[in-house]
Amino acid sequence: MKHIKTLNTQTLNQTMKKGGCGECQTSCQSACKTSCTVGNQTCEQKK
Amino acid sequence: MAAALYRSIAKHTEEFEREVLYVIHLYQNNGYNIALDVNSGCVHVLDKIAYDIIGFLENENPQHTPETLSDTKTVGRLLEAFEELYAESDIRDVLEAVIELTKAGQLFTKDIYEDFIDVVKQRKTVVKALCLHIAHDCNLACKYCFAEEGEYHGRRALMSYEVGKKALDFLIANSGSRRNLEVDFFGGEPLMNWQVVKDLVAYGREQEKLHDKHFRFTLTTNGVLLNAEVQEFVNREMDNVVLSLDGRKEVNDRMRPFRNGKGSYDLIVPKFQKLAESRNQQKYYIRGTFTRDNLDFSKDVMHFVDLGFEQISIEPVVGDDTDPYAIRESDLPDIFREYDILAKTMVERERAGKGFTFFHFMIDLEGGPCVSKRLSGCGSGTEYLAVTPWGDLYPCHQFVGQEEFLMGNVDEGITRPEIADEFRSCSVYSKEKCRSCFARFYCSGGCMANSYKFHQTIHDTYDVSCEMERKRVECAIMIKAALAEQEEN
Repeated sequence: MKHIKTLNTQTLNQTMKKGGCGECQTSCQSACKTSCTVGNQTCEQKK
Repeated sequence: MAAALYRSIAKHTEEFEREVLYVIHLYQNNGYNIALDVNSGCVHVLDKIAYDIIGFLENENPQHTPETLSDTKTVGRLLEAFEELYAESDIRDVLEAVIELTKAGQLFTKDIYEDFIDVVKQRKTVVKALCLHIAHDCNLACKYCFAEEGEYHGRRALMSYEVGKKALDFLIANSGSRRNLEVDFFGGEPLMNWQVVKDLVAYGREQEKLHDKHFRFTLTTNGVLLNAEVQEFVNREMDNVVLSLDGRKEVNDRMRPFRNGKGSYDLIVPKFQKLAESRNQQKYYIRGTFTRDNLDFSKDVMHFVDLGFEQISIEPVVGDDTDPYAIRESDLPDIFREYDILAKTMVERERAGKGFTFFHFMIDLEGGPCVSKRLSGCGSGTEYLAVTPWGDLYPCHQFVGQEEFLMGNVDEGITRPEIADEFRSCSVYSKEKCRSCFARFYCSGGCMANSYKFHQTIHDTYDVSCEMERKRVECAIMIKAALAEQEEN
């Protein structure tokens, strides 16, 4: 599209279909320890 | 006239956004016009016409549908508002594109997750991660330490092998069918109880075979006792290592002195450099804390880069309002400026083939966490627990020592399940402020320990932290936009 460039077409609601497998890390494990950073994690199924 | 009408609508944007559930977040950063469709997670990079038109449409009706957008009155209002600014054909082109994206579920997407929240929150959870407080003691005396120089409002203590074994047994027994189990050796300073760390890793490796589990061990260390033997073991056994250092020598040594007041930088930096190299610059973080004494923390990030580190995390300190080093609301403009500087620098370095990772700017637009994860939040108190040296269980490391959050112990297990229930009930929909925040699916409601610290309830948010999180999400997305443009060219 001339005026709009979409960076990602995978939508959040598509991930609802399978539900969560729960294999991902808890949020404070990797580096932060003082905040909550969920959005930067990678899905275990897509590694 | 039309432009004035648009300005008038835009003027009310802020109040309006607080009244309705956030649908589209429009912002400009580093020359990019960006629309984040909050509920689908889709990111659109816009030219100025599209930016203005989507802003207008979102302002007039955040619940637009393909039908309302296709209404002839909509195009009429757009033409009236923008005819002096843009060509009619361009306005119509943008509207057409907006309709297509809305049909595809990538713009003006509704929040359909609130109905789903009960399913997520009522599902049976398992414990999948433990933070083992292997040593409530420390050989540094960091001024901002939430653990009070390792002692956590209590006495100095080292975890025994027996307590650690019971903790790993508890984790295995309560992990259901979950295979990957995370264990963080934390403190105080865990290297002050190094033999127990090694023995527990050996025990974990033995047990994982018996129970078809896989332990992912992490060590968080200040590096004082790091030596060749520790490095070899860590590289063999630890999935991740978190190396604590604050950045420039004067910054680090001001906040991270030894107990005799001497700075720790000179001793620690060469050890950390060696360790990072020995791990091929992967699976570690050099992790600092910034305070209001170094609000120019982008310089500390770049100092880490100059030292050769590639996996970097620098976090804002969390302190009481009375602490001189604590971040205040009035510091936010300076902090935002620093995040902007850092984001721009990262784009330039990436383009030059000299990129590095900054933990808080990591965002995976295509392969990020599923909705279920984003709704369930950080996992503290349910999936993630902290274990004290004497085996008590707390919702996370930050609650250790606060007796009202004592959940049980490694001998009896969870004796106060109502605490877990309360943590389980926490979500972006239980927090009023999250409902109107565009970043709600990136932080998932924020840190409950911080909420409790500032509001004496886990169902609130730490507002200064929220402001910073929003800024970081904006910067992270801008970096993606800039790098996508580079790929295109």
